[in-house]
Amino acid sequence: MRARPRLADGTGPVLVVLLILLVVLAFAGPAYAEPSGYLALLKRAAPLVVLAVGQYFVIVSGGFDLSVGSLVTAEVVVAARLVDGDDANTWWVIALLLGCGVLVGLVNGLITTKLLVPSFIVTLGMLLVLDGAVFLWSGGAPRGALSPSFRVLGRGSADVPVLGQVPWSVIVLLVVVVVAVWFMRSGTGRMLLAVGDNENVVRLAGGRVDRLRLLAFVLSALLASVAAILLAGFAGVSAQVGEGLEFRAITAVVLGGVLLGGGRGSVVAAAAGALSLEALFSLLNLLGVSGALESAVQGVIIIAAVAYAAHGAGLRQILRRPVPDTA
Amino acid sequence: MNRKWSAAALAGALTLAGCSSDLPTTQAPGGNSESAKAKSEFFDQSEFERQLRFRTAKAVGLDSQDGAAKPWEQMLEPQLVDTAKYAKPGGGYHLCFSNASVDNPWRQVGFKTMKEEVKLHPEITKFTVLDAEAKDDKQISDIQSLASQGCSALIVSPNTTATLTPAVEAACATGVPVIVFDRGVKTSCPVTFIHPIGGFAFGADGAEFLKEKVAPGGKVLALRILPGVDVLEQRWAAADQIFSGSQVKVVGVEFTNGDAAKTKSIVNEYIQREGKIDGVWMDAGATAVAAVEAFQDAGAAIPPFVGEDQQDFLRMWADEKMTAVAPTYPTYQWRTPVIAALRVLGGKQVPREWVLPQPKVTQDTLKDFIKQDMPPLHYAMCGCEGMPGYPAPWK
Repeated sequence: MRARPRLADGTGPVLVVLLILLVVLAFAGPAYAEPSGYLALLKRAAPLVVLAVGQYFVIVSGGFDLSVGSLVTAEVVVAARLVDGDDANTWWVIALLLGCGVLVGLVNGLITTKLLVPSFIVTLGMLLVLDGAVFLWSGGAPRGALSPSFRVLGRGSADVPVLGQVPWSVIVLLVVVVVAVWFMRSGTGRMLLAVGDNENVVRLAGGRVDRLRLLAFVLSALLASVAAILLAGFAGVSAQVGEGLEFRAITAVVLGGVLLGGGRGSVVAAAAGALSLEALFSLLNLLGVSGALESAVQGVIIIAAVAYAAHGAGLRQILRRPVPDTA
Repeated sequence: MNRKWSAAALAGALTLAGCSSDLPTTQAPGGNSESAKAKSEFFDQSEFERQLRFRTAKAVGLDSQDGAAKPWEQMLEPQLVDTAKYAKPGGGYHLCFSNASVDNPWRQVGFKTMKEEVKLHPEITKFTVLDAEAKDDKQISDIQSLASQGCSALIVSPNTTATLTPAVEAACATGVPVIVFDRGVKTSCPVTFIHPIGGFAFGADGAEFLKEKVAPGGKVLALRILPGVDVLEQRWAAADQIFSGSQVKVVGVEFTNGDAAKTKSIVNEYIQREGKIDGVWMDAGATAVAAVEAFQDAGAAIPPFVGEDQQDFLRMWADEKMTAVAPTYPTYQWRTPVIAALRVLGGKQVPREWVLPQPKVTQDTLKDFIKQDMPPLHYAMCGCEGMPGYPAPWK
């Protein structure tokens, strides 16, 4: 690994993309002329950013987590049933959800590391298991209701000095990103990145590869639980809430320039990727482009970003070559 | 290099997986690429007019007991047919039911209501139900399997119209009386086809309400679940027809996939984009509460709303003193097939097409339909309040 640059490799392009999108948004929609428009965008984007940060940990260590979408659905449906509209139940149910997240992450991680099943398959299996379990339990129609206090995190705002009303979900988002950046700069975070790059080297150097991988899955599932709490708060109970979220999170991470297969990419870029994706969808909507295009746009982004990553080095050389030639 | 390529291949596979899991589970015949085109291919002028006429037509009760008949025992413009050839006096009936699915709250409430209806009739000694889990192929084999189980009568709620038609025809050929309800099939062999008035009337109820409540030039946002499903397409086609003949301006037609978070984001974006939304039309009420919340969270006044008869929306309507209407696709229609089956087995007449009334919840009737102790996704128009087991099975 080379010396730490100011911005990790791949962070630059996505920040440029994000900046362009935000500027275009300001021209496209009158609401984005003031900070409140961007605050609303951040609020909408918060669950996806949190999910993308979780997905980043798994992808950067060389895996995939496809189970996060169905985990979100499962937790929202379970929360509604257990809270049942009573404020007294809010806090223990939130604790239980986070606990369930850790448990699902442990199962994903242990099967991947101990049984040596590829994470793509393990988490795909977990997706199906959770989907089926939710359907079996709820029969397709969620019961119960969330309490007002449960929904505060996703829906309400806090009074912050100077800034005024800031949505709770934006505060959660900032905390998650700051902690994630701090974690990736710590020794464990660097080891995690190294596992994705070359796990044999880490193993020979005395690193505990399995533990690091396990940690990545637990963090991903834990953050998926946080996203579930935010989403449930934002929009209420729905059995469709998590549909396609795993795919969105992976798109966001890839858009952030994180290499599929691991070993390269920064967590800030992954978060910026998620924000860009949400900004892009808002922009498409402002321009009156049909929502049906969203899936197509995601597909194109994934393929283009991975192709760019695979050929990135060569492309950059080609782009740079004319400069010395003409000089 | 090798690893990078495998990563690229994996991403491709992911893209495919993501796309296929995004496909709507309820498929129906017909394309979907409709946007601002002139008129929907699902619009049918004569059927539209027929349904609008049904809304005010006088319903007829069974055996001409007009006054006392409950809505699920009423018929609109019935053409009665003789069923003497199916008569099987003596009771001890084995009733069979091939259900499309129970994968949404509407079907859940309906199916519970049907099970309670069966309990009301001691002459039904056995009730066999097969759930097709929203799969055409499973329902085809379900119907075949029921054909060999000695059913006295077979009730079918088809998953899709065209694909299930041959299976229903085959079931008719065994001589068992077949009763179809909710979605239809393209054959006249069932003894009766039971359904409420229909999608055009549903869509028109909401659109006419907005036409009346929204000032000329007002901005209306239309929210739809997904394209290509005929019942939902009909609702929008009727609304589109009525909006185009009015002064209101439809500023957007968006698909929500029935997802509350997506609905809320869309409404939020429209409030930002248009500055003000003066009315919201929906083709189904499942995400109506999320749409209302978007106005609350944006600090905007709640405009006139079209929802549906689910408890969460009705409560929101009353609590927030909204201007709203709730067209219904009544879940009480799940009682009628059982009643029809017993009439057929008793040799009594039934209408060839049994059209049930399709009332809407208005400001005046709202308080009669709010049931504080029922779950938020319970459908008020279930016709189940008077049933002996109420309310436990619906909770």
